[in-house]
Formats: sequence, structure tokens, C-alpha cells
Amino acid sequence: MEDCLAKKMEITVSEAEKRTGRNAMNIQETYTAYLIETRAVESQSEGQCAPVESLWRRYSEFELLRNYLSVTYPHIVVPPLPEKRADFVWHKLSADNMDPDFVERRRIGLENFLLRVASHPVLCQDKIFYAFLMQEGGWKEMVNETGFQLKADSRLKALNATFRVKNPDKRFTELKHYSDELQSVISHLLRVRARVADRLYGVYKVHGNYGRVFSEWSAIEKEMGDGLQSAGHHMDVYAASIDDILEEEEHYADQLKEYLFYAEALRAVCRKHELMQYDLEMAAQDLTSKKQQCEELATGTVRTFSLKGMTSKLFGQETPEQREAKIKVLEEQIQEGEEQLKSKNLEGRDFVKSAWADIERFKEQKNHDLKEALISYAVMQISMCKKGIQVWTNAKECFSKM
Amino acid sequence: MINQYKFEDGPELRDLFITVDDPESHITAIETFITYRVVTKTTRGEFDSSEYEVRRRYQDFLWLKSKLEEAHPTLIIPPLPEKFIMKGMVERFSDEFIETRRKALHKFLNRIADHPTLTFNEDFKIFLTAQAWELSSHKKQGPGLLSRMGQTVRAVASSVRGAVKNRPEMFTEMNNYMETFSQKINLLDKIAHRIYKEEKDYFNEMKEYGPIHTLWSASEEDIADSLKGVASCIEHCCRATEKRMAGLSEHLLPILHEYVLYSEILMGVLKRRDQIQGELDSKVDALANKKTEKDLFSEEIGKLEDKVERANNALKADWDRWKQNMHWDMRSTFTNVAENNLRYYEECLATWESFLTSQRVDLHVDEDSEDRP
Repeated sequence: MEDCLAKKMEITVSEAEKRTGRNAMNIQETYTAYLIETRAVESQSEGQCAPVESLWRRYSEFELLRNYLSVTYPHIVVPPLPEKRADFVWHKLSADNMDPDFVERRRIGLENFLLRVASHPVLCQDKIFYAFLMQEGGWKEMVNETGFQLKADSRLKALNATFRVKNPDKRFTELKHYSDELQSVISHLLRVRARVADRLYGVYKVHGNYGRVFSEWSAIEKEMGDGLQSAGHHMDVYAASIDDILEEEEHYADQLKEYLFYAEALRAVCRKHELMQYDLEMAAQDLTSKKQQCEELATGTVRTFSLKGMTSKLFGQETPEQREAKIKVLEEQIQEGEEQLKSKNLEGRDFVKSAWADIERFKEQKNHDLKEALISYAVMQISMCKKGIQVWTNAKECFSKM
Repeated sequence: MINQYKFEDGPELRDLFITVDDPESHITAIETFITYRVVTKTTRGEFDSSEYEVRRRYQDFLWLKSKLEEAHPTLIIPPLPEKFIMKGMVERFSDEFIETRRKALHKFLNRIADHPTLTFNEDFKIFLTAQAWELSSHKKQGPGLLSRMGQTVRAVASSVRGAVKNRPEMFTEMNNYMETFSQKINLLDKIAHRIYKEEKDYFNEMKEYGPIHTLWSASEEDIADSLKGVASCIEHCCRATEKRMAGLSEHLLPILHEYVLYSEILMGVLKRRDQIQGELDSKVDALANKKTEKDLFSEEIGKLEDKVERANNALKADWDRWKQNMHWDMRSTFTNVAENNLRYYEECLATWESFLTSQRVDLHVDEDSEDRP
């Protein structure tokens, strides 16, 4: 962790700004730009503050960065971006991307993303990432020049591999199941949480009606008037308190959402393994069949059916020279194939080793973060209960003095 | 059974104790109805026995109420629970409905028993003591439905004529008060029902929310305990919500409903007083136009003036008593609502705090193990 960028540099996404501009199709569009500020962490003894450097980035650039990292480091569980569109919203929250609350929460999410990358032992050393933070102009070109898009595996290829791979590493199969379960359970939880928030909002807000009616009623009462009036005020306070409470809960929901999206990152690593394993199995299969062909030609026995075999039977055997040439070609191919298989094997083992190391790192991070999130949820509930106790204690006093 | 209403004279001075319980279903060829057991214990001399047990049905209560209204038009007769009007229900009475009605009927009789005047009403005594056949035959005597309708028609007619011109200031004030009170109490009734509904919806969602955490814990190792802890807290809060709802439906909702009914009763009482005064006023007007038979008229007017004075005094006294009781009821009911909510939040607080403590203990354990070389 000594080399990690996060220790050497303060990174914040400090502002969000609405912009208008023309896009690639020359159509006017509105988007939000985010200000990334960085400052080198000076040692305490110097007592000087390094200058703050800053540049603006929009969401699509963050997406480009992440795509680049996912392709370039397929064995790493790459941190996810905050959601593109507001999801799991309860009725009061807007699902509009331009809504200031959504933009604010996205700003925090983007900052979190940068900090995650900056504290990752491998990712933080990437030059493109560094340039993303420090170099405003020409960054997009720089990314495209890496040619990472060519390295990306096609989805179709990956899907094919998933269905046809015969011997994937058991741990990856288990991990894939886990990430499916994680995604499913967190989605469900977020959906129900949004409904609970909706209902809780309703309970609190209806109490606000007491305030108005108590006040109007107090006007015709002599003895009860004061008590009613002040109790009504407390009911208004109670009704208003839910807004802050639920806003805080949104941050908790965002923490869960991050791990919802992490599940997808986990699955991406598993898919890469399946792809490599499938590739390996195909290469091995190909090599075996070539060796067999070679043997058959050399010994003259035909064990496997082949069209060539049939045609040569029909139209006569080939000459010994022709056979020799074929054998030679095959032997060369077999040589190449064995080398390739060796390197693929090595690659595969390296991948499994480094991927699994990152997965262990991820597991620890996840356990720590989720436990902290659950604790923070409990803290929020406690705060809500304490506020409730205060309001109703005050109300009780007013009522009992009526 | 706790009697949740104020005794004007204090419990030591009561000499009439009534309970309403044991609802029973009766099925005849023509109809199905419920009877309730009414048990009376008394030390009063005018009662032949010290203990009575009779069975009464809702119709009987209605009869008693109308007899009391007839005998004391300007006294505030306590409210009866309403008739059950539900379209297309095969099972007219649910257990919940019967229990709510039973409690209201119990309150009704006890309020009459507490009333300084109504408690000595003859029909009330018969209601409490007569066997079924005795009551039936007694009911058949006396002015019937038509005369009661006649009274109602006259009351409506007099209100159509407009506010009585000689109405004392005090009763105009009462009228104004009741109009506003009626409005507000109806609003509060609606608000309270809304709150109950919202709490119920919240409860239903929470029931689903907790178990998801338990489900999640099944695929985790390190955080399984934390997840199960949260699930258990949520379940605990669920139960606390149920209790909160029960508190509303047992205390606040019935009281607000009673006072909605009371506001209608009081408007009726004020109208009847106006009507009695109206009788006097029209006779006085008639006298002014008459040249002869003045003596006869004066005697009639004198009687009507007495009637008006009696009615006004009775109403005034009962009004003061009612206001005092209302004040007491509202104070104790809303204080109870606040206590209910306090209990709810205190329970929830305790469960989350104990979860937090358990988690922080775990964290300390982890930290200790890291420190070891």
C-alpha cells in the first residue's frame, strides 16, 4: 500500500456544473461537468500547502476510463461507477439526471470511484489514470491510442465460452454464483427499502395535519387552547424531521448500490477466466486432433473419419511425397501449437493466481465496507428514534398540560 | 375491564355498576342478531335487587336512547355506536366489529349511570332490570314512532324558520362553538384514520424488509452475523409498530369517533332548545295580536316560560359537565397517544442500540487480534 496513489495525493470531485455544448452529431445537449481537484500530500514538517490542480470531466469520460481499466486489467475487480440513471427511487426523489440531489449524489459517487482506483495497488500505477486526473486536453486521444478497444473480448465470444467451457476453476464457478446471489439480494433489498422509505414518509407527513387542525381548534378553547397550540407545533416539527432522515438513508442506499455494481465487476473477472480456459481447451483439442492426423498419415491407418480419407479412398491414395509434405506441415503446426499451449497454460495460471489475489483483497474490502454500512444504518435508526422520543416527549408534556 | 371515562363524583360515591359483555349470536327464521349480556350491581333502594343480569340487543339500546331524548330534550344523551351499513356482506359482523360495538355500548350505559339526571330515569331502570318479555311489553306503551317523527319534523321546521330571535347570547355562543368543534373533530377523525392506514402500510413493507437480510446472510460468512442482527432489529421494530397501531385503534380512534357523534348530538340538543323557545315566542306573538282571551294565553305562556327556563338551565348545566368531560377525555387520550409513540421509539432505540453494541464488540475483538505480533 506504500506506493498507492491515494496516500500521495488528495483527490476530490468538488463541484458539478451544468454545461451545454454540441455533441458528435452537432446536436445541442446539456450535460453535467465535474471538477476534479488534486493536491500532493506534503509531509507535515514542511508546513507548506501544495497547490491545487484541477480539471473538468464529464460522466462519459469516467466511463471511458473505466472501460479502459476493465480491458487492460481483466484480472482485477475494477471499481464500479455510480449509476448512470437514478434507480430504486422512492416517490419523492426525482429520477431526473439533472435533479440537483441526484447530481450531488453522483458527484460523491464519482469521487468514491477515483479514490477506490487510487488506493488499488495495481490500478493506481496506471499512466492513463494519472493523466485522467492531471491532463485535461488530449486525454481521450491518449486513451484511444492505447488501442484497448481491440483487446476487448466480444460479448458473444464470452457468452459462447461460458456455455462450452468444460473445466473452469471451481473457485471461479463458486464466485460467479456468489456474485449472482449478491446482485439479486441487494436489488431486492434496495427495492423494498425504497418502498419502506415511501411509507415512512407518509406516516410522518400525515402527522403534520394535526398541527393545522390543533391550531384552529385552539382558537375556540379557553383552557385547552395553549396546550393544543404548542402540541400542534411539535407535530409540525415531527412531520418535517423525516426529510433529513431519508436523505441520510440515501447515502446508505448508495453504499449498497456500489456493491450491487461490484457484483458485475466480479462476474467480468469470472467471464475472463472462462474465456481463457475455453481458449486453452480449444487449443489443446486442436493440438490433439493435429497429432492424431499426423499419426494416421505416418502409420497409414485411418481411425477417424475424414472427408479427405474418403476422397482418397475413392480417387486413389496420395503419393508418398504428398504424404511426407503433409506430415511436415502438421509437425510444424504441432510444434507451434505446443508452444502456444504452453504459454496459454502459463497465462491461464498467472491469471488465476493474480485474479484470485485481487479477489481476496476485494473480499476483505467488501466485508469491511458492508459491515460499516450496516453499522451506519443502525446509527441512523438510533438517531431517528432519539428525535422521535424528543418530539413525543415534548408533545406529551403539552397534552398533559391541556 | 378498565372504565376509561371520568366519574364526576368519584368512584367511592357510585352506587350503580354496569358491564356489557358476552356477545351471542341468535338465529331465527327471520333474522340473525347479536345480544349482549348487561350485568348491573347496585346498592340503590329503588332497585328491588342488588344484582341483575339481562340480555339486550342493539335495537333495545336504540329504544332507550330515544326514550331518554324524549324525556330530556335538552340534555346531552351519550352517543350510541352506529348501525352497521355494509353493502353486500354475507357475514355482517366480524369479531372486531362486535368487540368495538360492545365497548361502545358499555360506555354508553355507564355514561348514563354517571349522569346526575339520566341515572334516575325510569326507562333506564327498566332497561337494566326487565326480562326480555317485560321489556317488549313496556316498549309497546308510550308514544310510538310516529310521534317521534312528528317531533323531528317540528324540529326541522323550526330550524328552517331560521335562528330563534330571542335566543340568549350564551346559546348563540354554544352554537358557534359547536359548529367549529364539529368541523375540527371530524377532521381529526379523518387524520387519525389516515395515520392508522399509513402505519399499516409501513408495517406491511417492513415485514418484507427484515427477511431479505436473513436471506442475504445465507451467502455470506464474515458479515452473516451483522446481517442477521439487522434482520432481527427490523423484526423487533415491526412488532413495536403493531403495538403502536393497536394503541391507536383501541384508544384514539374510538374516542374521536364518539366526539364526532357527540357533536351531532349537541347540535340536535341546541336545535331542540331553540324549538322549545320557538313555541314560547310564537305564543307570545299570538298574544300580542289577540284582544280577547288574554288570561288563558297568559297561563299557557307562563307554563311555556317555565318550560324554556327549565330547558335552558338543564342544557347549561349539562353543557358545562360535557365540556369538562371532553376536556378530560381529550387530554388523557392525546397524552396516551404521545405515550404510545414514546414507547414505540424507546423499544426501537433499545433494539438498535444493543445491535450496535454487539457490532462494536466484534470490531474490538478484530483490532486486538491484529495487534498481536
